[in-house]
Amino acid sequence: MAGSSWLPRWFYQLASPRWCYDITGKLLPSFFIAAILLLIVGVVWALAFAPPDYQQGNSFRIMYLHVPSAILAQSCYMLMAIAGVVGLIWKIKVADMVAYACAPIGASIAVMALATGAIWGKPTWGSWWVWDARLTSMLILLFLYMGVMALYAAMDNESMAAKAASVLSLVGLVNIPIIKYSVEWWNTLHQPATFTLTEKPAMPIEMWLPLLVMVVGFYCFFSVSLMLRLRNEIIRRERRSGWVRELVASK
Amino acid sequence: MQFETMSEFITMDGHGLYVWLSYGIGLSIIIGNLVLPLFKRKELIKSLARRLRRENNTQ
Repeated sequence: MAGSSWLPRWFYQLASPRWCYDITGKLLPSFFIAAILLLIVGVVWALAFAPPDYQQGNSFRIMYLHVPSAILAQSCYMLMAIAGVVGLIWKIKVADMVAYACAPIGASIAVMALATGAIWGKPTWGSWWVWDARLTSMLILLFLYMGVMALYAAMDNESMAAKAASVLSLVGLVNIPIIKYSVEWWNTLHQPATFTLTEKPAMPIEMWLPLLVMVVGFYCFFSVSLMLRLRNEIIRRERRSGWVRELVASK
Repeated sequence: MQFETMSEFITMDGHGLYVWLSYGIGLSIIIGNLVLPLFKRKELIKSLARRLRRENNTQ
C-alpha cells in the first residue's frame, strides 16, 4: 500500500479493524434511531395515509416494501462486490468482512423483494409468479447471494473463502444492469421504474413522499444491520489481538 | 386518513390479506436482521470470555 498517496487517509484508517469497530460503535445509535423513526413514519404513512391507486386500489401499498427492498437488494450487492474487489486488490481484511456481512442481509432483502412482489402480483396480474426477465434476474440475484454465503460456509480458510466469494460476486455484478434494464430490453408484465430521483416521479407527490421516506429508512436499517454484523465479525477474527481481549474481559 | 373505520383498514377493500401478509413478511425480515446480530454478539462475547478464562487458568 505504501507509495499510493492518492488515496485519502480515511481509506487507510478503514483498513484498521479496531478503528472500524470504534467508528461504527459511534455511528450505530444515530443510524438506529433514524432507521426506526423513518420506518415507523413510512409504514404508517404508506398503510393509512397514502391515497389508494385508482387502478390497483389498496394492494398498491405493498409497493412501499417492494420497491425499497428491491433497490436495497441491488445496492447491497454492489457494495458486496466493491468491498470484495477492494479486499482482493489491497488485501484489506475489513473489506472482506464488509463483503461477508453484506451477503446474509442482501439475501434476506432479496427474499423480501421477491415475496412482496409475488404477493402483489396475485391481485394485480392474477399470478404469483411469471418467468419474466425482471423476476428471473431478481431470483438470480438471490442465488448469487446464496452462492457467496455457501462459499464462505464451505471454506475454513478465511482469506481463501474471501477470494472465492469476491470473484463470484464480481462475476455476478453483470446481473445488476440486467435487472435494471430488464423492463426495457424484454417484453414484460413488470412495470418500469417507479422511483427515480433524477426525473419527475411517475406518481403523485403524496404517493411518492412516503416511498422516499421508506427508501431512506431502508438504507438506514441496512447500515445498522451491516454495522452490527461487521462488528461481530471484527471481534471474531481479531479475537487474539490485545484490544479484543480487553474488550471481552471488560464485559 | 384514507379509511373511515378500523374494519375498512383491515380488509383494505378485499386486498387486506395481500397487504398484511406482505407487511408481516417485510417487518419480520427487518426485525430479524437487527435482532439476530445482537444475539450473535452476546454469544460470541460469552464464548470468547470463556476462552480467555481458560487460557488464564492454564498459564
